[in-house]
Amino acid sequence: MSDRGILFTHIDEPGLQRLDVYERLGGYRGLRKALTAMSQDEVLKELEASGLRGRGGAGFSMGKKASFLPHGGIEKYLCCNADESEPGTFKDRELMHKHPHQLVEGVLIGAFAAGASHAFIYIRGEYEEEANILDAAVSEAYERGYAGENILGSGFSCSLVVHRGAGAYICGEETALLDSLEGKRGNPRLKPPFPANQGLYNGPTLINNVETLSNTPHIIVNGADWFRSFGTEKSPGTKIVSVSGNVKRPGNYEIELGIPARDIIYGLAGGPHPGRRVKAWFPGGSSSPVLTEEHLDLPFDFESMQQAGSMLGTASIIVVDENVPIVEVALRLAEFYRHESCGKCVPCREGTNWTVKMLERIDAGDATPMDLDVMASVQANIIGNCLCVLGDSMAMPVGSMIKRFRPEFEAHMERARIAAGALTEELHVPLPSEVA
Amino acid sequence: MSKFDHLRGVPGSRNRLAAQVWEGAKVGAPAAEIPELDEVGVPVELRATIEHHMSLYPDYRSAALPALRAAQHLHGWLSDEAILQVAAVMRVTPAYLESVASFYDMLELEPVGRHAIYVCTNLSCQLRGAHDVVEAFSGATGAPVNGSSADGQFYLRSFECLGACDTAPMASIEGHYRGPLTKEDATTVADHLRAGGAPDEVLPEKRFVGDYGRRIDE
Repeated sequence: MSDRGILFTHIDEPGLQRLDVYERLGGYRGLRKALTAMSQDEVLKELEASGLRGRGGAGFSMGKKASFLPHGGIEKYLCCNADESEPGTFKDRELMHKHPHQLVEGVLIGAFAAGASHAFIYIRGEYEEEANILDAAVSEAYERGYAGENILGSGFSCSLVVHRGAGAYICGEETALLDSLEGKRGNPRLKPPFPANQGLYNGPTLINNVETLSNTPHIIVNGADWFRSFGTEKSPGTKIVSVSGNVKRPGNYEIELGIPARDIIYGLAGGPHPGRRVKAWFPGGSSSPVLTEEHLDLPFDFESMQQAGSMLGTASIIVVDENVPIVEVALRLAEFYRHESCGKCVPCREGTNWTVKMLERIDAGDATPMDLDVMASVQANIIGNCLCVLGDSMAMPVGSMIKRFRPEFEAHMERARIAAGALTEELHVPLPSEVA
Repeated sequence: MSKFDHLRGVPGSRNRLAAQVWEGAKVGAPAAEIPELDEVGVPVELRATIEHHMSLYPDYRSAALPALRAAQHLHGWLSDEAILQVAAVMRVTPAYLESVASFYDMLELEPVGRHAIYVCTNLSCQLRGAHDVVEAFSGATGAPVNGSSADGQFYLRSFECLGACDTAPMASIEGHYRGPLTKEDATTVADHLRAGGAPDEVLPEKRFVGDYGRRIDE
């Protein structure tokens, strides 16, 4: 692990959940500086200069996003996206559980930068413990005058409410989150208009991830140049990487982007169990196309992952070792996305369902090699054809698995057909992988 | 396979008409009309909770989820009576609330067992043996996966990623995260809850890599 950290520096400090401990470690200095010594524009400029990119998956410049909101007296909102539901991602839970005030301070700085008068933390319903911790932190912040009316005598007022979801992956999509926060079913909206113009209650809204907002107090206190001393030119700062699956030490690790993926998977997380090799790994949660052993030495950052045909996403690495059949992985993911599809757009609703059916067919020995092409074409027809990227989130990894592991799919299919009696050994034509 | 079987994959689809849902409603109130507060007996505390949530938002309808969760907490599930109570306080139609409730995984429109156990079976947990864990819970609690036990004590769900892959395989025991779990832990949890133990007191709390000393499980 890097010796230098930002978000995890004090993470294991006893009592960090309490405001007095957080203040003793320098907490709320950023908010005080922003509100009393800086103007809204200066805060925006500092955030933009820091190059902080959204940590929720898209990687868009946080300062730029905040600057898109119209200025002036119009009622504006800030939503912190704490609906962390991407399989393999658990960084925000640790940040909220152990370091709730860092987030509360970050949310209020973000609200000041955006000129928002109401801020909400939309936390997924399953995180009951974390929601209670945040509730306690928010009331402490209110008591100390860090939230509410005329914060720190600056004239800036902002309310802060922790809003609990009730179990829906799609509510992590920003426009679905807004609908859900308005008390509706969490269906995504058509974009444009983007939330910066027309978001919550049709007002301009800034939406940022927990990790993104948790960075803002540090940027305000230490300055954009300090922040840029971490990470790479295009991906400054640190990143919390969640590593899970077939590794010895699953967990959250704070790294500087740009270090080789091997250092994370083998160095920090201990690699797969002895004697086993990495078969596939997801660099950015279950929605990212899979990579293989040959990509382990690539630098782990936005650009390199994209060049390799995948994406950094939430930087949540799921490691799959060679003992796991790839069809099983594809099926489990497809089932997940089928379950979580809100059903609004046909390509996603039907595409996820048919993908599950076809994968089940392969597993049951009821498929022919042609089905792989059909399945690949289903994936191609989902991508880019829906209001949100939920369908794409299944199509990209499943499509990449078919592409990278086609011989295994074919072999799995043939074995299943023989087992089901649909194919006899004599009729079985050797596959290219078997001939070699 | 029935004609509309493929719809089972669509969240919120219940394969039945709204009219059937309301068949059992004793009050006889149509789902499309806002019930009157004095006609629906709303428990004082529930009303206060819902009204508190309504006061937190610029638009009171934002309180729909917190209100439904509060009602479910009180009644155990979102019965027609529970939905009517929320509708009466929030001044929205029961149909609207049910449309919302049917969307979310944690809101129950059928009666369920008293203790909710969500076992994560998504990829990261599956890679570490979640399938065995969920089966063990089913055996220990007597509840089928995604169903309730006959004695009404347990409600077992095979849940999508709960965001605790560092402690995989894991489960949420009435909202308290526990992991990494073994098959034997299922019996411990079931016995503890059956004996009336508090859900947060079962099994040592192991969470986050820092807490369990960079565990190496060879």
